[in-house]
Amino acid sequence: MRLRFQVTRRLEPSASMVFFVSVLSLLLAFLVSGLLFAFLGISPLEAYRVFWRGAFGSLYALSETVKRMIPLAIIGAGLAVSFQASVWNIGAEGQMLIGAIVGTWVALFSPLPPSLLLPAMFILGFLGGALWGAFAAWCRNRLAINEIITTLMLNYVAANLVLYLILGPWKGKTVRGFAYTDPFPQEVWLATIGTTRVPLMTFLFAFLAALFCYFLLTKTTFGFELRVVGRGEKAAHLAGIPAQRVVALVLFLSGGLAGIAGVGEVSGIHHMLRHPAHISLGYGFTAIIVAWIARANPLGVLASAFLFGALMSGQDALKVAFGIPFQVMYILNGLVLFFLIASEQLLYYRVTLRVAPWGEKEDECDRVLD
Amino acid sequence: MTCECQEIVAFRDITKIFPPGILANDRVSFGVERGTVHVLLGENGAGKTTLMNILYGIHQPDGGTIVLRGKEVRIPSPRVAIELGIGMVHQHFRLIPNHTVWENVVLGFPRVPRFFPASQARQMIRDLSKEYGLDVDPDARIWQLSAGEQQRVEILKALLRKAEILILDEPTSVLTPKDVERLFLVLQRMKEEGKTSLFVTHKFSEVGEIGDRITVLRKGRVVGTVPRGEADFETLATMMVGEKIVLSLPKKALSPGRPLLRVEDLWVLDDRGFPGVRGVSFEVREGEIVGIAGVVGNGQRELTEALAGLRSPLRGRILVDEVDITAWSPQKVREAGLAYVPEDRRMALVGDLTLAENLFLRDYRKAPFRRGILVDWKKVREHAEEMIATYRIVPPVPQLPVRLLSGGNRQRVALAQVLASRPRVLVVSNPTAGLDILATDFIHRLFLSLQEEGVGILLVSGDLDEILALSDRVLVLYRGTVLGERKRPQSGWSEEDRRDIGMMMGGVPGERLVMVR
Amino acid sequence: MSAIGFWISGVVGRTLAYSVPLLLSTLGEIYAERSGILNLGVEGLMSLGAFSAFAVTFFSGNPWLGVAVSGVVAGCASLVHAFFSVTLRTNQVVSGLALGMLGMGVSGVLGRDFEGKVLATTLPVFRLPFLSALPGFEKHNVFVYVSLGLAVILWFVLFHTRWGIVIRSVGENPAACDAMGVNVTLVRYACVFFGGVLAGLSGGYLSLGYRPSWSYGMTAGVGWLAIALTIFAFWNPFWGMVGAYLFGILYHFSFRFQAQVSPELLNTLPYLFPLVALSFVSRLAARRKVGPPASLGVPYQRGSS
Repeated sequence: MRLRFQVTRRLEPSASMVFFVSVLSLLLAFLVSGLLFAFLGISPLEAYRVFWRGAFGSLYALSETVKRMIPLAIIGAGLAVSFQASVWNIGAEGQMLIGAIVGTWVALFSPLPPSLLLPAMFILGFLGGALWGAFAAWCRNRLAINEIITTLMLNYVAANLVLYLILGPWKGKTVRGFAYTDPFPQEVWLATIGTTRVPLMTFLFAFLAALFCYFLLTKTTFGFELRVVGRGEKAAHLAGIPAQRVVALVLFLSGGLAGIAGVGEVSGIHHMLRHPAHISLGYGFTAIIVAWIARANPLGVLASAFLFGALMSGQDALKVAFGIPFQVMYILNGLVLFFLIASEQLLYYRVTLRVAPWGEKEDECDRVLD
Repeated sequence: MTCECQEIVAFRDITKIFPPGILANDRVSFGVERGTVHVLLGENGAGKTTLMNILYGIHQPDGGTIVLRGKEVRIPSPRVAIELGIGMVHQHFRLIPNHTVWENVVLGFPRVPRFFPASQARQMIRDLSKEYGLDVDPDARIWQLSAGEQQRVEILKALLRKAEILILDEPTSVLTPKDVERLFLVLQRMKEEGKTSLFVTHKFSEVGEIGDRITVLRKGRVVGTVPRGEADFETLATMMVGEKIVLSLPKKALSPGRPLLRVEDLWVLDDRGFPGVRGVSFEVREGEIVGIAGVVGNGQRELTEALAGLRSPLRGRILVDEVDITAWSPQKVREAGLAYVPEDRRMALVGDLTLAENLFLRDYRKAPFRRGILVDWKKVREHAEEMIATYRIVPPVPQLPVRLLSGGNRQRVALAQVLASRPRVLVVSNPTAGLDILATDFIHRLFLSLQEEGVGILLVSGDLDEILALSDRVLVLYRGTVLGERKRPQSGWSEEDRRDIGMMMGGVPGERLVMVR
Repeated sequence: MSAIGFWISGVVGRTLAYSVPLLLSTLGEIYAERSGILNLGVEGLMSLGAFSAFAVTFFSGNPWLGVAVSGVVAGCASLVHAFFSVTLRTNQVVSGLALGMLGMGVSGVLGRDFEGKVLATTLPVFRLPFLSALPGFEKHNVFVYVSLGLAVILWFVLFHTRWGIVIRSVGENPAACDAMGVNVTLVRYACVFFGGVLAGLSGGYLSLGYRPSWSYGMTAGVGWLAIALTIFAFWNPFWGMVGAYLFGILYHFSFRFQAQVSPELLNTLPYLFPLVALSFVSRLAARRKVGPPASLGVPYQRGSS
């Protein structure tokens, strides 16, 4: 008689299992971070308390959470579309920055009348990010260069472009040790909700973007095409789907949405162009996790964007309270990702304990203990 | 055939269950005698490969034991199997196309020098080749070799590691008749040396030539083990399928109409830039089934892909109902009335998408599925339900991801995809590969009913039985050219026809070449 | 020495120094990918290596201990990725990115207090009897020579030894290897570990030899460049070496223009090089039918093919 662990494959996990498993992985990531806090000499319980208060504890905290949710949702919705097509856009950071650059140019240097500034910022910002992303599509389609590399490299290029601009031709008139451009004219400052710092326009846009992407994926022919391209390239070819055009449009869209997020940040939050790290704040990378955790479903992205917005504002509170550096966000994100993909495997496998007599002639099926 | 040789391998009540509850092997018990060729016969899905994988350590049994040379053994991995003297030639070769023969043979073999292993490896291979008659160039790259040569490499791998028991899983499916003869000679030589072979096949026609004893598996259970002399084809077939099956299809003699598909002097390049199809001409008429026989790798893929619009021909013309469709795109070709069902199901179906989505995939851009930029999901679902009923697709759940369907059902989906729009010409490639007898039968009867409706069918297949059962005319494709043609006589194919076609498949032109017009 | 002599010596010297971290990381990634595992976390591993080397050297005063630790730490971290990719068979892209994030995060958090500190002892200058007489080779530490030697050795192992056949075969067709009794799991774990060690060492070189200091982000995307260079090198250590030195020369020359063009714009060039290089190479690859190891990024499970 022997006790054996047997791993059997499950066929299709139910939606509730998916949700449960996602929540479980988050909790595990938190537990492990608790260990990290302990290692740094901070009581984990105290850390959790500060974290919770920072994310949800007051109207201010909640508004900080929502403030961060907005770019995550906008970019995440675009990335959800991208991932459904198996196009790995890792360049949202750069596309966001390009949008910010274009928006800055419109606000500070363009000859447009004040009433047209804001719409121009968003439209041109979208185009800027879209073209930055489409370039990666061109590299993939024409030069057979993997888009992971292109979009990644372009991140660094964009960041350095911003640095060049704020230190060089666009250097503001008042510099206090840090470099930034002049503040934008009042006309392009986005109106906020009540006394919070949450820009109303982009807040609404986040929902719009999620709904639009969801609609695109599930109801349109293009959405069907990109899902086929993402899951069966050969079949897409035989079905006559123009895969290259689909890839280009997908990168155009997700890049453009990231660009809009960038415009939203500079016109709604900072009102100027500054150091790239302070504008992108890792939104581009975090949005990848946001889209992944939502299983590339744009509506789910709204929920996971809110979640990660909470994570970010909680982390900020930790920074202020305990002086933990901002890189702790990367640790937490990395842990969440790891637990998430590990638990994803659990979704498809069921570990059972079996009593397995070796050599006996009975039918083993009945003895499976779950 | 009585002998005093001992049992070298015995299976005792081997049971194997795959999730979600598929019983692949059900208390399988039989013995294999040393120095014989033991045939394991059964149709696709009977559990033969699973059993052999258990013997080779790839799967672990859920119950039962293996007795090797009189002792109970556990085989947890192929490494242990090799140490125990077991070798396996898999159905789909486990070779690395970019590497040379010697690199493949010597992979993981400890008795070759650590540094600069090349020269000694080559020598070892040459020695073995000579001993067993397995000629192959040690420095050739695998992708350059024919299927027969690649199989020789697989056998060399096992022999180098001193295999006493050689498992061959469906070894003849990719071989020409001449290669098959060569293989049987090798097995004979091994027998003389006291080695044992386990020959797994679904073709009972081969059994008589090579097998000393035959074990028939059906649905995971052993039906019986018989020595060669005691079983004839009918008995074996009945054992394999479990009921008296009608081996013949209701093939009617029809008078074909006008040519629906005409191929004129077609030249098509393969992936490497060499001509895969060289000057092929033929036609398929209304209500006619034309079979293209030939071992895989002789230009079939290039030919069918050119017809489907996936590959541009170098020269020549393709006409559907007198319309020149040469080098048209796949959608245009379909609109012209030529439907293509590829051999590689990944080209036709997307596993993660649902049944309904796959069923309208080939027509996704056409009305009624498309309204402007939107998809009319209601119509998609209605269409799916209709197709499920017509083609008896099981399980009849439109939202089920297609990867959960069995092979036979997936093939029905692939056919439903193109038949819905009533094509005039149907081009299919190896349509029943890997399917069990019932699924195969369904598809064959479907072809016959399409023929009666006037559809012209071009059937490309490496399975000669299938070709002969269905075709009105047979063309043999060898190295990109049509080596010969045979018309089906009123009384059915003769043994001579069969032999001629078999020879042509191996490259020998038949004496009587009947050319149609 | 003549003026030209000085100039050559300067170019060669600085090229060698800059190319070392790129070369080491690339060699490591080549081995990992040759075994079939895509590791996108190289940047984070380098950062971990750089930080741990600096911290250990700071406290112990022994740079060699720092070097050793950098390799060990990054190697162990990469085992996490190996576990997820080989044993759990998760998506390797995500796993690698997560590892990279963790590496950057941990090195950033723990390294905050070390920013701006100075090391008492750094890696000494290493002279080889003959080689050091050549222009440009005077002032280097051992890493430069080791990385060069390693490139040659790794090329030899991959193409002219028994183990090389195994590694390459595991990346092409793990099922074939499994059927021959090769322990695919062990080979993949080993190669990923090795890749991690090299990434860590390359980071250690950065913080101990190239620019003896630590600051968050000092790896400056070299890890990502290594991943691109792996493709450019056709997964061949020899071409990886050539590519690393080529990049080094280009990088050096681009800084010659610092007077005319702003440094930030110049900073974008290293990230554009891979795109340009790959654009030439991809067409070549397509024509010659050379490509990545066939099973790169695809998890392996016995009995599933």
